[in-house]
Amino acid sequence: MTDKTNTGPSSNAPENAPQWRLEGEQNATVMVLSGIWQARTGTIPVFPKDGLPKTPEGHLSFETSGIQAWDTGLIAFLWDLKRVAHDAGISLDMQTLPGPMRQLLELLPEAPDDPVHHKSPRPPLLEAVGRRSIASMTEVGVVSELAALTAKGAVQTILGRSRMRLSDLLANTSDAGPYALLIVGIVNFLIGAILAFVGAVELQKFAAGVYVASLVGIAMVREMAAVMTAIIMAGRTGGAYAARISTMQGNEEIDALNVFGIQPSTYLILPAVLSLIITMPFLYLYGCLIGMLGGFVVSISMLDITAAGYFHQTVTSFGIGQFIFGFVKSIVFGAFIGLTSCRIGLKAGRSAADVGIAATRAVVVGIVGVIAIDAIFAVIADVLGI
Amino acid sequence: MPDQTVLSLRDVTLSFGPKIIQKNISLDVRKGSIFAVMGGSGCGKSTLLKSMIGLLRPSVGEYHVGDENYWAGSDAHRTDLNHRFGVLFQSGALWSSMTIGENIALPLQMFTNLKPPVIRRLVELKLGFVGMLQAIDLYPSEISGGMRKRAGLARALALDPDILFFDEPSAGLDPITSARLDDLILNLRDGLGATIVIVSHELSSLFHIADDGIFLDAKTKIPIAHGSPRDLRDNCTDPQVHAFMHRERDEEGNK
Repeated sequence: MTDKTNTGPSSNAPENAPQWRLEGEQNATVMVLSGIWQARTGTIPVFPKDGLPKTPEGHLSFETSGIQAWDTGLIAFLWDLKRVAHDAGISLDMQTLPGPMRQLLELLPEAPDDPVHHKSPRPPLLEAVGRRSIASMTEVGVVSELAALTAKGAVQTILGRSRMRLSDLLANTSDAGPYALLIVGIVNFLIGAILAFVGAVELQKFAAGVYVASLVGIAMVREMAAVMTAIIMAGRTGGAYAARISTMQGNEEIDALNVFGIQPSTYLILPAVLSLIITMPFLYLYGCLIGMLGGFVVSISMLDITAAGYFHQTVTSFGIGQFIFGFVKSIVFGAFIGLTSCRIGLKAGRSAADVGIAATRAVVVGIVGVIAIDAIFAVIADVLGI
Repeated sequence: MPDQTVLSLRDVTLSFGPKIIQKNISLDVRKGSIFAVMGGSGCGKSTLLKSMIGLLRPSVGEYHVGDENYWAGSDAHRTDLNHRFGVLFQSGALWSSMTIGENIALPLQMFTNLKPPVIRRLVELKLGFVGMLQAIDLYPSEISGGMRKRAGLARALALDPDILFFDEPSAGLDPITSARLDDLILNLRDGLGATIVIVSHELSSLFHIADDGIFLDAKTKIPIAHGSPRDLRDNCTDPQVHAFMHRERDEEGNK
């Protein structure tokens, strides 16, 4: 009686496994289903693409009484069948399916639309390098423009035509200044102590142990205090600015500012940059002192240097010019960290992942940038003979 | 067994620290029903939903899922019970670092032993249900709010839950999309045999789909009415409920 039988691959699988077979005439086929059709078992068969004969005007009905349990796994199989039947020109007799199965199956399209791919193909190397270069040059321009806008905002605030809220500046300043004292202190103390250790090993060979004080003093004042403090601030404050501004971007808060005609450059960026410009020089001075204290503690306890000798040697080792040099550097570092981190925050996308990317990028750009600027300063100092 | 109770709350009080949100909540959700949690803004609808999906432990009262006491067991036991739940959050809550397809695949990868092609097939199926198959490789930031909701619904269906929770499913959607979502919810309920708890104040949608419900009052902080939205609209005499169901302004409702 059965003149064509097409059986699923799992026909000799254990009992209860999902099974299907086709029975009946050429153009009035019956799909007989039995067993447990649950997606979690992972045993749902795939209906083969050539599983149905190409018979236009054909009908396919269902016999589902053998199904013991089912969930969306069965629907996945029926969907395969629906698509194959559509391609073969066979109409499904949906009325022979129980109501719930029919309702779910009717939600599914016969021929899926082509998925939209968001990924554009990878450009060739040269093009990628070119794009990167143009993008980074553009970025330099954008940051300069932002700096100009922020400076303009500062002038307007002084003239009273545009408003930066003083409370924002105070909040930013206290966050960037007093709250950073502990970590800046610890790091600079340890840097001073380490320099003293390193110097002591060599200098003692020449009975010049007292010059450890000069080494620590010059190193802290010229380089270490400013650079270490800037690196700490890039990680601590720059990352925070970028994360805050990109979260505001995600909440459409920046859009709201723009609609009111409140310049983000004046309202958000100016207090952020200004607070770093104000606090960085003080943190630098504080870092110098603490660093020298670190060197002092090591020298007193390890070398035969008197406290007075160390003090005298420190004071005579550098002039006021060196201090001004470090002071100016720390101001430039502060402005750089403030501007780049705010810019990165403004440029960020609007999702949670983008906030993380913005914070990471702000810290990386801040640290690398600070060290690069420090190198430029070293060259300038060499030329000027400071 | 048409009247089997799936979820039941007994004298539950919800609070954040000393601040009481709602008290004396008792409700039974029947299997296969669509249960509406209604009330004005700030009455604790979403908090009640939060508690029902295990994000907020009630300060007093008992919560049963099926025959199990939800809060009495261990954390692991609660996680197992949670696998019976599918939750559609208010704005979709899709994980933004993953594509739509990966969002739906994640629970399957974490909690089943299925192979990647099988998972892919199920992901396509769930997206097919909500008509979003073409967006499988897009990121949540690349699709519209309505699509994000439908993708969130597909993710809620990932583990074939038998209890679905929807927080404001039609908020922020245009009337046509919202009506389509209602039909989809009805289709899924009938097709999957799922039980649905829905938080909403979209009246037209509630009248259309819900067949049972509870009305929470913001002032007295207790539930003031039980029953289906249609029934409450036509028969409830409480002025608050009447005003809500007929979109009257507060002063008119209190006359």
